[in-house]
Amino acid sequence: MNPLARKRLTRAALNTAGVLVFLFAVFPVYWMVSTSFKANDQIFTTSFIPFPTHFTVEHVERVLTEGVAGNPIWVYMRNSAIVALGTVLVGSAFALLAATAVARFRFRGRTAFLVTLLVVQMIPCEALVIPLFLNVKRLGLYDNLLGLIVIQVGITLPFGVWMLRTFVAAVPRSLEEAAWIDGASRFTTFRKVLFPLVAPGLVATSIFSFITAWNDLIFALVLMKESSGYTMPVALQYFFGQRGTDWGAIMATSTLMTLPVIAFFLLVQRRMVSGLVAGAVKG
Amino acid sequence: MTDTSTLARGGATSAPGRRRGSRRPPRAGGMPAWAVPYVLLVPGMLVIAGLLLYPMVQMAIISFQDISLRVIRGVAEPKWVGLENYRRILDNEIFRSALRNTVVFALVTVTLTLVLGTAVGVLLHRLSKRMSTFVIIGIMSAWAVPPVAQGTIWRWLFDAEAGVINWALNLLPDWLSSLVFGRADWSGQPWLNDSWSVYVVLVLTVVWASFPFVAVSVLAGLKGIPSELYEAARVDGSTPWRTFRTITFPLLKPVFAVLTILSIIWDFKVLSQLYVLLNGPTNREAFNLSLYSYAEAFKAPPKMGTGAAIAIVLTIILLVVTAFYTRQMVKQEDLA
Repeated sequence: MNPLARKRLTRAALNTAGVLVFLFAVFPVYWMVSTSFKANDQIFTTSFIPFPTHFTVEHVERVLTEGVAGNPIWVYMRNSAIVALGTVLVGSAFALLAATAVARFRFRGRTAFLVTLLVVQMIPCEALVIPLFLNVKRLGLYDNLLGLIVIQVGITLPFGVWMLRTFVAAVPRSLEEAAWIDGASRFTTFRKVLFPLVAPGLVATSIFSFITAWNDLIFALVLMKESSGYTMPVALQYFFGQRGTDWGAIMATSTLMTLPVIAFFLLVQRRMVSGLVAGAVKG
Repeated sequence: MTDTSTLARGGATSAPGRRRGSRRPPRAGGMPAWAVPYVLLVPGMLVIAGLLLYPMVQMAIISFQDISLRVIRGVAEPKWVGLENYRRILDNEIFRSALRNTVVFALVTVTLTLVLGTAVGVLLHRLSKRMSTFVIIGIMSAWAVPPVAQGTIWRWLFDAEAGVINWALNLLPDWLSSLVFGRADWSGQPWLNDSWSVYVVLVLTVVWASFPFVAVSVLAGLKGIPSELYEAARVDGSTPWRTFRTITFPLLKPVFAVLTILSIIWDFKVLSQLYVLLNGPTNREAFNLSLYSYAEAFKAPPKMGTGAAIAIVLTIILLVVTAFYTRQMVKQEDLA
C-alpha cells in the first residue's frame, strides 16, 4: 500500500472510532430527550423508534402542571435551585477567603490545614449522613432547605478551596505589590486586583459546587420530610412504582434536571478539567 | 477590616509614610499582619470542623452505640453497646455481599474507566481539531448527566419490555447470541431483578458517565508533552504501543495517579445510580456498603448504630486505599 493511501486509511479509522465514541456517549442522553417527546404508544413498544414521529409535549406539560407526589415539578426545581444557589453563594465566599489565605500567606498551621483539606476529601460524604441527620434534627433544621444548604456548603468547601487556591496562586504577586506601592489597602487590593483576576476560577469552582448540590440525592432524601420541600433527585424517585412506570414523565423530568447541568458543563469544561487535575497534581 | 476607604486614599493614620514605596503589604484595618491568614481561614475552618470533622468523630461514637427512636426524638440517651454493632455486621451475610459488591465493582469500574478513558484521550489527541471538539462536546454531555438521571436513563435503556438493549440484543443473529450469551431470545429479559445483572448495568452506567473526565484529562496531559519526543520515536521506527509505553505513560504518570485515586474515591461510594437502578433499598443482595449503611440507618426500624459501623468500615477502606496517594501529595506540598 502506498503511504498516502495508508495515511488516508488511518485517518478514516480514527474518525470512525471518534464517531463511535460520540455515539456511545450521546445516545443515552439523546434517548432520554427523545423519549420525553414521544407519545405513549411510541414509548411502550418493543420496536425501535429513533425519532418521535408523533412529537408531543404532553409529558413535559404533565410534569410541569400535575407533577408527582402532590406538587408540580417546578416546585422541586425551585427547591433544587435554592439549595444549589445558596450553597454557591456561601460556599464560594468562604472558599475564596480560605484559598487566599493558603495561596498568599506562609503561616503556622498552613500545612496542617492543607493536609486536613486533602484527607477530608477522602472521607465518603455518604458516610456522614447519619451524624449530620442527627445534628440537623437537634438544631431544628430538619425538613428545612436551610439545613440542606449548610450541609452542602460543608461537602463542597474542601474541594472548592483546593481548586481555587491554584487560581489564586496563579495571579502574580507583583500585581498586588504594585497596588500596595500605590498606597492601596489590603482590602482594596483584594477587591480591585486579586478578585477580578481570580473571578474565572471562582466561576468554575462555583459551578462545580452548584452541580454537586444540584445532583445530591442522599441528603435531600434523609433531611426533607414534606414533599413540598423535595429536590429534583428525590422527586424523581416518586415516579417509580405508582401504577406502572410512566417513562414519558420520568424522562421529561430527567431532561429538565439534566439540561442546565450540561449547559454549565459545556460553558466551563476546559477550566474544570485543568482545575481538577492541576489542583490535584501540582500541590 | 474596617476603615479601608481612608487607607485606600492613602490617608491612613495608623501607617504614616507608607503612602508610596513599600513592597510590604499594608496593615489590614489595624490587624497585625500575622493574624490576617487566620482571620481569612475562620469561616472555612468552622465549616470543615463543624460539618466534616466533628460528624466524623460522632459517627465513630455512634458506631459503638444503640440509637433508638426515642434518642432520635431527643427524649432518651443513647446506650453504649461496645463492639456489638461491629459483631453484628461481621456476622451478617448481607454485609459480606455488600463488601464484596463494593470492592469488585470498584476494581472493575476503575479499570474499565481508566482504560477506555485513556484510549479515548489518545484518540482525541490524534483527531483533527474540528473532529476532536465534536467528540469532546459529545462525551462532555455524558459526563454532565446527574447521577440520578444516569440511573433513570440506563434503567430505561435496560427496561425488560420496552428497553432498547433487549431490542438490540434480539437483532443479533441467533447463532451468535447463543454462542456468546447462551440464549437467542432477549424479549422481556429483566435485567434489574437479579443482583448480578444489576451490577452489569451499574458498571456500564458509571463507566459511561466517568470515562469522559479521564479522556479529557489525558488529552490535556498529552498536549503538554513536546511533540519532538514523538517525532524522535517515529524516526526511530517505534510502534504506537511502544511509544505509548515508553513516552506517553511515564510522562503522564502524575495525571494517571490522580485519575486513579479520584476514580477509586468516586466508585467506592456509588449510591445514587444504584439507588435508582434498584428502585430504592429493596434487593438486599445487591447492596453496596453505602446503600447498606443508608438502609440500616433510615429504613424502619432505624438502626443508626450498625449503619454507622458500616460507614466506618467504608471510610477506613477508603482512607487506607488512598493513604499512599495522600502521603505523596503531602510531600509535594512541603516542597512547594
